[in-house]
Amino acid sequence: MATYLEFIQQNEEQDGVRFSWNVWPSSRLEATRMVVPLACLLTPLKERPDLPPVQYEPVLCTRPTCKAVLNPLCQVDYRAKLWACNFCFQRNQFPPAYAGISEVNQPAELMPQFSTIEYIVQRGPQTPLIFLYVVDTCLEEEDLQALKESLQMSLSLLPPDALVGLITFGRMVQVHELSCEGISKSYVFRGTKDLTAKQIQDMLGLTKPAMSAQQARPVQPQVQPFISSRFLQPVHKIDMNLTDLLGELQRDPWPVTQGKRPLRSTGVALSIAVGLLEGTFPNTGARIMLFTGGPPTQGPGMVVGDELKVPIRSWHDIEKDNARFMKKATKHYEMLANRTATNGHCIDIYACALDQTGLLEMKCCANLTGGYMVMGDSFNTSLFKQTFQRVFSRDFNGDFRMAFGATLDVKTSRELKILGAIGPCISLNVKGPCVSENEYGISGTSQWKICSLDPTSTLAIYFEVVNQHNAPIPQGGRGAIQFVTQYQHSSTQRRIRVTTVARNWADAQNQLQHIEAAFDQEAAAVLMARLGVFRAESEEGPDVLRWLDRQLIRLCQKFGQYNKEDPNSFRLSDSFSLYPQFMFHLRRSPFLQVFNNSPDESSYYRHHFARQDLTQSLIMIQPILYSYSFHGPPEPVLLDSSSILADRILLMDTFFQIVIYLGETIAQWRKAGYQDMPEYENFKHLLQAPLDDAQDILQTRFPMPRYINTEHGGSQARFLLSKVNPSQTHNNLYAWGQESGAPILTDDVSLQVFMDHLKKLVVSSAS
Amino acid sequence: MSQQGYVATPPYSQPQPGMGALSPPLRGHYGDPSHSAPPAGIMKPAGPLGPTAPVGALPPGPPNSGAHQFGQNGPNISGYPQQRFPGPPPVNNANSAAPPYPPPSHLPPASYPSPGSASAAAQLGHQLGAMQIHDYGPGMASGSPGILAPPLAASFQGPPQLAQPSILQPGPQMLAPLPSTHNGLGATPSLPPAGRQDGLPGSGPPAASFPSLPLPGQPPGPGYPPQQGANYGPPQMPGAQLTSPAGFPGGPAQMAGPMQPPKKLDPDSIPSPIQVIENDRSTRSGQVYTTNIRGQVPPLVTTDCVIQDQGNASPRYIRCTTYCFPSTSDMAKQSQLPLAAIIKPFATVPPHEVPLYLVNHGESGPVRCNRCKAYMCPFMQFIEGGRKYQCGFCSCVNDVPPFYFQHLDHIGRRLDHYERPELSLGSYEYVATLDYCRNNKPPHPPAYIFMIDVSYSNVKNGLVKLICEELKTVLESLPKEEQEETSAIRVGFVTYNKVLHFFNVKSNLAQPQMMVVTDVAEVFVPLLDGFLVNYQESKAVIHNLLDQIPEIFADSNENETVFAPVVQAGMEALKAADCPGKLYIFHSSLPTAEAPGKLKNRDDRKLINTDKEKTLFQPQTNIYEALTKDCVANGCCVNLFLFPNQYVDVASMGLVTLQTGGTLHKYNNFQHLDSQTFLNDLRNDVQKITGFDAIMRVRTSTGFRATDFFGAIYMNNTTDVEMAGVDCDKAVTVEFKHDDKLNEDSGALIQCAVLYTTISGQRRLRIHNISLNCSSQLADLYKSCETDALINFFAKSAFTAVLTQPLKTVRDILVHQTAHMLACYRKNCASPSAVSQLILPDAMKVFPVYMNSLLKNCVLLSRPEISVDERASQRQLVMSMDVADTQIFFYPQLIPIHTMDVKSETLPAAIRCSEERLSEGGVFLLANGLQMFLWLGVSAPPELIQGIFNVPSFTHINTDVTSLPEVGSPYSQKLRLTMSNIQQKKPYSMKLTIVKQREQPEVVFRQFLVEDKGLYGGASYVDFLCCVHKEICRLLS
Repeated sequence: MATYLEFIQQNEEQDGVRFSWNVWPSSRLEATRMVVPLACLLTPLKERPDLPPVQYEPVLCTRPTCKAVLNPLCQVDYRAKLWACNFCFQRNQFPPAYAGISEVNQPAELMPQFSTIEYIVQRGPQTPLIFLYVVDTCLEEEDLQALKESLQMSLSLLPPDALVGLITFGRMVQVHELSCEGISKSYVFRGTKDLTAKQIQDMLGLTKPAMSAQQARPVQPQVQPFISSRFLQPVHKIDMNLTDLLGELQRDPWPVTQGKRPLRSTGVALSIAVGLLEGTFPNTGARIMLFTGGPPTQGPGMVVGDELKVPIRSWHDIEKDNARFMKKATKHYEMLANRTATNGHCIDIYACALDQTGLLEMKCCANLTGGYMVMGDSFNTSLFKQTFQRVFSRDFNGDFRMAFGATLDVKTSRELKILGAIGPCISLNVKGPCVSENEYGISGTSQWKICSLDPTSTLAIYFEVVNQHNAPIPQGGRGAIQFVTQYQHSSTQRRIRVTTVARNWADAQNQLQHIEAAFDQEAAAVLMARLGVFRAESEEGPDVLRWLDRQLIRLCQKFGQYNKEDPNSFRLSDSFSLYPQFMFHLRRSPFLQVFNNSPDESSYYRHHFARQDLTQSLIMIQPILYSYSFHGPPEPVLLDSSSILADRILLMDTFFQIVIYLGETIAQWRKAGYQDMPEYENFKHLLQAPLDDAQDILQTRFPMPRYINTEHGGSQARFLLSKVNPSQTHNNLYAWGQESGAPILTDDVSLQVFMDHLKKLVVSSAS
Repeated sequence: MSQQGYVATPPYSQPQPGMGALSPPLRGHYGDPSHSAPPAGIMKPAGPLGPTAPVGALPPGPPNSGAHQFGQNGPNISGYPQQRFPGPPPVNNANSAAPPYPPPSHLPPASYPSPGSASAAAQLGHQLGAMQIHDYGPGMASGSPGILAPPLAASFQGPPQLAQPSILQPGPQMLAPLPSTHNGLGATPSLPPAGRQDGLPGSGPPAASFPSLPLPGQPPGPGYPPQQGANYGPPQMPGAQLTSPAGFPGGPAQMAGPMQPPKKLDPDSIPSPIQVIENDRSTRSGQVYTTNIRGQVPPLVTTDCVIQDQGNASPRYIRCTTYCFPSTSDMAKQSQLPLAAIIKPFATVPPHEVPLYLVNHGESGPVRCNRCKAYMCPFMQFIEGGRKYQCGFCSCVNDVPPFYFQHLDHIGRRLDHYERPELSLGSYEYVATLDYCRNNKPPHPPAYIFMIDVSYSNVKNGLVKLICEELKTVLESLPKEEQEETSAIRVGFVTYNKVLHFFNVKSNLAQPQMMVVTDVAEVFVPLLDGFLVNYQESKAVIHNLLDQIPEIFADSNENETVFAPVVQAGMEALKAADCPGKLYIFHSSLPTAEAPGKLKNRDDRKLINTDKEKTLFQPQTNIYEALTKDCVANGCCVNLFLFPNQYVDVASMGLVTLQTGGTLHKYNNFQHLDSQTFLNDLRNDVQKITGFDAIMRVRTSTGFRATDFFGAIYMNNTTDVEMAGVDCDKAVTVEFKHDDKLNEDSGALIQCAVLYTTISGQRRLRIHNISLNCSSQLADLYKSCETDALINFFAKSAFTAVLTQPLKTVRDILVHQTAHMLACYRKNCASPSAVSQLILPDAMKVFPVYMNSLLKNCVLLSRPEISVDERASQRQLVMSMDVADTQIFFYPQLIPIHTMDVKSETLPAAIRCSEERLSEGGVFLLANGLQMFLWLGVSAPPELIQGIFNVPSFTHINTDVTSLPEVGSPYSQKLRLTMSNIQQKKPYSMKLTIVKQREQPEVVFRQFLVEDKGLYGGASYVDFLCCVHKEICRLLS
């Protein structure tokens, strides 16, 4: 029955929601026995070209604690012009505007196809988008030049009325005033001194004139079109100025002596950026875009000292508690991130350097505010340039693919409570009847703030079934969840998107097969992975792995078919069959394994894992491998060392990397130049095919992946070899006889060994 | 020998019988001499001179020849009187006095070769009658005393005195000047040279001679019976002085008019600074003064002469309060004569004198004594064939470094003695090696940072624009080494109000960049590269900036300013650039903005005359002290240009300036009219040759040491005088105390070494050496005193003391010490005489008038009428003054313009600073080094007014102008030339004020007539003399 797959897919397309379970166990006890929690991946702003927004306000349930939005699941009494809230059962009068309502004259929100609907509301003044560039000047000349060009280019991509600002930093932090004629003016701050928001605003002259004057005149019409700030000016007014300013931007002039790192005041620069926006444009959409080429080396938020002989912290140092500055720096950035999030702004981090730049400490800035995190080797690479350009990409309507200051409000039917969410958000600490006391991820609230989101931003939201076992739900009963996302559209409109979903309840004792069949193993894998990664941020790696293993074993015990103590008898149904494999690769993934990754890299990978949608997340967990050969059309092949064959070209997509790998023979052919001979044009096509496919991926992926073109024996082939399942290693290659493939020099267990072990544990009565 | 017996008998109205009794005998005595009277007198002077001269020439003998002296004395005495009489008939008028004056001065030059320093004692007798006194006054200061003396001497003849020789000498001099006395003239020429010199070296005679002249008998014109008879004054006088304090009250009366004989002490009878100056000028000006003799007293600061360094530092660099130190500390205590040197290490030398030689010993650096670290100098004695040398300071025997070895000649002098400046000269420079540099790295050339207050008022009144415009031209003339094309000095710009704006003016920028630093709590330098630039390279950008600054802030309405952060910023900038330098801060208001060093208005007149008054001279917060320390540590010299409209707390803000060797300029209620003064000051200051990051060390031979230092300096310990910057106008006054007994043979040696960085960034040592005499005779001390230096010392020490002691105490100490010094002289050096006579050492003859002026200075005067800022700024200015500056400051130069001969090169002689010297028909120019006044009498000749102002009459003169119009008339040209000549020698640009007689501004002008009773209190010269005299009497009794 492909129906569930279709159902899942259809729901995802319509609502941007994927549940781990699509039929819900009806009691608390049963639900906990399901091992994988009832949870969903929600993509609040999933692009819906077919969904024209409606231009009116949503109708809300009048119960103050509920305020659910009228939706297709509500029961409507057309005669009495009443509707019953399907969450709290409150009966509500329709507003006067709905007087003409009838079965045949329904507003859109009552139609089933509008389970997701978007309202445009007119509230408050519309403020233009704000982009505040925070630019590191301690860069190599070449890097700085490239960055300057990228920034200048970006000006042309901004909406003309957008406000831009520029802060540069090195040893000092400079806030540039953009509207000066004849002389360029900037405010300079010491890079070592932490300043409070108030101080920053005072120093920048942003504080409003003394209140006393205003108090004298009691009734003063609040005519504040928007606080004009010298530091944030409309692009169309100052783009010439700013272009020149960027053009004249010099490397940090302070001398850096031999054996020292340049003094880089990233912490203060960010603090000032945050303070500036806080003082001028609170609660309007704004991006702080931090471009940095190295670790903060002084002041609050410093990650490493300026002595080059002291290397930046590694995982080893962190484990040994040797990272001197880490805790303090992290605290500093967390404080900033929280303030930023409170103000509804977001921070992007574009870090390009060969060494680490302190992403580990700064990650929360992007994580909590929904900002982007981009990591590259240099600003002078297409990876950065194109990624940055893609930030300003537009959707089918010509709008920016970015939204600001979103609030996600989740409402559930009574049988459910909210455990928490994992994603680029912070809690708004709204306690309500539907908030569970248990905690998963960012919990204890039914509302979250997502300061910046794009059409792929995806949150994992976890629920708890609270219905008691002895209070059965009537047959055919459905549980409902409503997601209300209010946000500032890139066109500066305020919008509200409402998604209401419902699923059937089932009694796990007698309807387990329904539940089992409605299991979405992909969603479940990602949801579990998010939980694992979330835990990994605060717990020891091995603990997380053990927890994951135990969950896997329990799930297999619950849903597998086997005879006790007989590993060979173990079977999993189709809807679970891929799950262990996902777990296998997840265990090996950089999200949980820090070996061979710097702390920065781990932070970077985890950042993206926590915000991408399901498809991308799955690619991250288990990279996709395509094979191109003369034996047939391109086909996906197993992510296994056995797939590495001499006469194949492989294309691997790990989300972060795109690897094209030429098998040994292919590589020799290419070296011999066959592709240039007209008679071997097919070979040329074969070589070209993966390149084209890779291009397709590169075109759409954000951030742009690292593009690696390698061949058998190439040093870069390691990217492929480290990902594939090491079914053939130096230990067992010869045992496998003539079976071809590429041996992997590793002691890691292969999937086969993993599965064998799993089976053994599952069937064991001991566990 | 130079004891002047100077008798100040305050004119006391009350006739005193007792005195009368005394007088007769005197007369009797006089009588004899008087017989000889005019003719005799004349003769005698000649006679005595004649004899004396020979006597003098004879080495040791002369002093003893008492008998002769007596004889001589007699005659002299009589002679003098005569002279007086002739001159002065018209005593009363200052005006009238003036004319006679010049003639004498003319005469003297010819006749007085060397009278100056040693000059014999001058004795003054005052008579009530005063007629005579007047005469004498006009005649000449030094001479006159002599004149008076004679009578006294005569009277004393009985007693006997050795003193007479000295008297004689003066006598002749006196005579010479005197108008018509042929004899005198004739006589003088022969006398002077020989006599004088002998006198000097052979201290014997003088000491013995100190014939101070007793009040009692005196003056009544020796010989002029009629007068005496008429007056009967003399006797009365003494009595009055001594006995009746009531006399004081009389003082004022004197002022009124000289004519009333009985009541006054004739101002002309008391020592005249003008006379002293003129005398010295006439004897020593235009000559070559060689410094080859230990302990010789140089010409006065007011005398122009060529100075040739022959082993001792030129007096332009070092002057001492006395050139002969007492050999024991007991003596020093007894005399209470301060032992001090005023050192002006970077003094400008006139073009016709040789600039300092530069000695370069390469990597080995200067040769120094191993023990005391004194630098090689003429005082080092080479021994053992030149292999070793003995340090003149600590007597340590050192090896001569091999590279420095040289054979000795037959008199034990190195063969290369004259080839090496450090062996033959008093002043020279060494190239310093890296050991003498901060962090052992060669210094960078200094930088000048211009920091402009751009608060509302400064922008509105055009000051900002004025400064910016001026900087464009001023920067063209940054100082540079002679051999260099362009100045090595880099410049930077900062503007500020409540926040600071730094400017990046890097040459490759299209437009300047402004960087605002708002963190005034912890100010810092936002940029390095591009802030300090070479002016020539960045000229275009800098001009662009200077054009823009007034516009950028044209709309600013920021009224609050900060100050300490500004200084700090400048200092940090220099520190970051690792170079020393100067800050030029143009500031106008009390820094009230929230920042370190915030000040509150405390112009608290309630504190005046209380024990807390001293706090008004201290900074409000200790931030300024800390700042000062940092500035000094980083070689940051702060020049402050203040433009206050109200209280700005100079005491707080000026501290950094003072202690970093900077200069404070204050322009009250600045208006555009004043701009010329300011611009001149700015120009001067920028162009000044300055030493940076300097450390001065004063080393002395054993037995005494430098204990206290006064000046624009910073002392972190007791020996190192640190000066972030030291320019050609800054002088440091150093006081010495005894450790031990001094050896009279070896004398007292002083070596002042200044380690500094030149304007081109070279590290150098400037060494000044001077050797002084030592004596166990108090008389030697008094003879070698220099009044101007003494006043400099007293001013600085008193102005330092006001920080810690109540003003009353400070004033009392000054008066007391004055009295004590004079009393000691009287007691130990002067010939016995009636207590009632006031006797002053020749070299300190005018000390009281200067001291009185010092006491009347607003710093020491606790009067609410004078703003605290004014007092603080004057205090600060005086602290860095040299001897010449203090001289004119405490005794302004007052020149009668109407007597000016437009055809002559010479200036009319100055007149005494007293109202009675002014005349309704005259025009007078007064200058005190800070200000200049042109005083116009109500009936000044119209042609003069026309000539100067190009207006028809007195009433048409516009007194608002601050400079004279260029009229083109000879008067105008001469006057303007005169003014610029006066100005030229002074560090501060003097603001000119036109004062019309009997108009309100005259009040200000009168404060500078220092011989008069002060407007805000302070005694007149005469009163003060009486007061001192009384004190002396008290001490002596």
